[in-house]
Amino acid sequence: MQIQVETHNGYRRLLIDGDINIYTASELKRQLLDHLVGTDKLEISLAQVGEIDTAGFQVLYLTKREAVKSGKTLHLTSHSPMVLKIMDLYNLAAYFGDPVVISRTRKKVRASRPKPKTKKTT
Amino acid sequence: MNLEQARQTFVIEAHDLLKRMEEYLLALETAPDDKDTLDALFRSVHTIKGSAGIFDFEPIVAFAHVVEGVLGDIRNGKMSVDYDLAALLLSCGDHIGALVDCVADRGADPSVELLTQGGALLDQLQTYINPVQKSSEPKVGGLPARHLAKTFTGGARKVTSDNWHISLRFGPNVLRDGMDPLSFLRYLETLGEIISVTTLFDSMPDAAKMDPESCYLGLEMDFKSDAAKETIANVFEFVRTDSKIRILPPHSLISEYIDLIGTLPEDGSRLGELLVNSGALTPEELAEGLRIQQDPSAAPYQEESPRHALIGQILVEEGMLQREIVDGAVDKQKQNRQKNLREHKFVHVQADKLDTLINLVGELVIASAGASLLAQRAGDATLREAMATVSQMVGEIRGGALQLRMVPIDEVFSRFRRVARDLSHELNKEIDLVIDGAETELDKTVIERIGDPLTHLVRNAMDHGIEPADRRKAAGKPEKGTVRLNAFHDSGSIVIEVSDDGAGLDRGKILEKALERGLVAPDQILSDQEIYNLIFEPGFSTAENVTSLSGRGVGMDVVRRNVEALRGTAEIESREGRGMTVRIRLPLTLAMIDGFLMSIGGASYVVPLDTVVECVELDGKIAASGRDYVNLHGEVLPLLRLREQFREQGQAGRRENVVVVRYAGRKAGLVVDKLLGEFQTVIRPLGKVFGNLKGISGSTILGGGEVALILDVPMLIQKAVNAETQTAAG
Repeated sequence: MQIQVETHNGYRRLLIDGDINIYTASELKRQLLDHLVGTDKLEISLAQVGEIDTAGFQVLYLTKREAVKSGKTLHLTSHSPMVLKIMDLYNLAAYFGDPVVISRTRKKVRASRPKPKTKKTT
Repeated sequence: MNLEQARQTFVIEAHDLLKRMEEYLLALETAPDDKDTLDALFRSVHTIKGSAGIFDFEPIVAFAHVVEGVLGDIRNGKMSVDYDLAALLLSCGDHIGALVDCVADRGADPSVELLTQGGALLDQLQTYINPVQKSSEPKVGGLPARHLAKTFTGGARKVTSDNWHISLRFGPNVLRDGMDPLSFLRYLETLGEIISVTTLFDSMPDAAKMDPESCYLGLEMDFKSDAAKETIANVFEFVRTDSKIRILPPHSLISEYIDLIGTLPEDGSRLGELLVNSGALTPEELAEGLRIQQDPSAAPYQEESPRHALIGQILVEEGMLQREIVDGAVDKQKQNRQKNLREHKFVHVQADKLDTLINLVGELVIASAGASLLAQRAGDATLREAMATVSQMVGEIRGGALQLRMVPIDEVFSRFRRVARDLSHELNKEIDLVIDGAETELDKTVIERIGDPLTHLVRNAMDHGIEPADRRKAAGKPEKGTVRLNAFHDSGSIVIEVSDDGAGLDRGKILEKALERGLVAPDQILSDQEIYNLIFEPGFSTAENVTSLSGRGVGMDVVRRNVEALRGTAEIESREGRGMTVRIRLPLTLAMIDGFLMSIGGASYVVPLDTVVECVELDGKIAASGRDYVNLHGEVLPLLRLREQFREQGQAGRRENVVVVRYAGRKAGLVVDKLLGEFQTVIRPLGKVFGNLKGISGSTILGGGEVALILDVPMLIQKAVNAETQTAAG
């Protein structure tokens, strides 16, 4: 995962490229919170996000919460399909408050009963 | 205990209770005011309802609840059981049984037909229910049972939402353990429809302390699905240990939601709001629930209801048992259960486990016989003595193991009370069913297979044996007919009699029919017994009008076949105008017997010890004369020389012995070479090749590994007696 930074209309704009999941969550948290400290208006583009899981999503949630807490502005933009899906499943699009295209038609997906995948060793 | 086992236990218990319910109802018809019976009746239905509730079998709970209500009124003396009400309640019992079968069928949903049938029964029950409690709410089509139950239980106690409510608080290590809560949502989507999801990250600490690899996720979900609770619960199998999972089935009690709110870490009012927003609760339901929570006396239900509140909770969450109200309910249920246990001290054991045990004991018996034989040969006195003790113990184990399989025949007999009741009503005849010897025990496998033939005989007796009241009156008999079931032990077999005091068999008519069908030749002379036995021939019926129930004779061949398959015999005794008796003799067990071992030449034979009356030495002169009978204690005893019978080689020994055997009141002497004494015999069936072999009923293995044949005593006695008659006639 890599994050490119650019400034645009007074917004600090972050472009996340790659997976945001349990393996990158720590790094993501550190970088996002650092950027939040450095600016009042933050925009995160999620167009290039590959895989996203609950761990990655939690960090986005945390960032939003911290932003609201400190009266700063945080927008998530250009949600990738994976990001949309997870927001939809957790029903938190409203919390982030960003304009997104939410597909209300939930597709039936094939899924097997959840069981542990590879464990993350710490 | 896993859910599947629990479910099976429930099914067994429920059927047991239903059987008792039936007995109580029948008893009430004769003694409508018996307090104990009324209590027991109420308790049986109540217990079914309670257990069904624990398993969330909503259709049973709803239905049983209404039945219980009626029974409660009866118990309180508001009404009494008459014939119609008893009939209705019996049908209700049958209906609950059918619903229980749905449960047995891995929790299948009851069919529409069944529900409609249940609705009809409830409508009928409704006419008995106190008008005050009658529903004023118009009935909406579909599931009348559910609606009735709801109005009956005081309306607002169950939530109106059709959805499951799933509350999840994932443990902190879920993500690190390689699970992603997303996968649960995705999988749930395949089981049904997720109506709403509320995600809570309330447990997430300040940014500095937040560990990105820990899971802080909480979910409140409303889920619409027809899946069984077990299926839904199993979705979360791998996070069960450190996550908080609560699953409330559709139409759970409001109190359960209130409890849910109470046990969750988040602020109560916020959760309440959340539940209302998601549609799980209506605002009114929430308000009522909170009011009850603060002031339990405000609950619109008393006395029985706390037990009702227990429904579904135990399985949903063990954690909530500390609540006083539930505690009280659990205690009450425990009391009921203990009471039941005292009444019926039984352990449910799976039949195949028992069979395995019996088989093992069989092998043990054979092995111990082998060891004894070796000990004999070794000539070591101490070893012999030790083996003798072992043999004795093995014998006791064998007896005990077989005893395990013995069940009182009442298990079969009791079902005829209902049959008799229904039939006498249907036939419009007054018939008493008298049962004797219900405590007589016999092997479980035999019992299972004798039920149908007996049912057939009982129906026959009622339909064709007992005459209509006017004919009975004309014949000078009491108008009320009697059908008698009797069972007793007799020389190693059990005798079951089905008798009636009806018209008896018409000898002439049977003979006529038999001639017509070419079963007997016109010049044949037959004894009464032989003529009566003709009704066991396939398709033989003398009934002038064959009813839907039975035509005497039709199916009697099936009865005989069934009985013979159990190595038993059936005979008929009849007195014209006075009634008839069908007598069935069955071996007590199909597995092991105490045998008596004897030998002819080099071959060994076994007869069941119970059939042996005595052993005497055969007089040398009689042996030499080749006579077929002896004078024993002043009686003529027909002899059967087994050496000739089985064409054994070799000359008879210097001394021959007579083993006197008895069956069904007749005796015969079996002439053998040597008497070898008692022998624990494990019966092995003979192969099909030997199916036509007369006089042999099975085989067994001796200690040394040789095979000994088990003699078919009834057949041999028959043969000896026939031979004697022929000799006498000739």
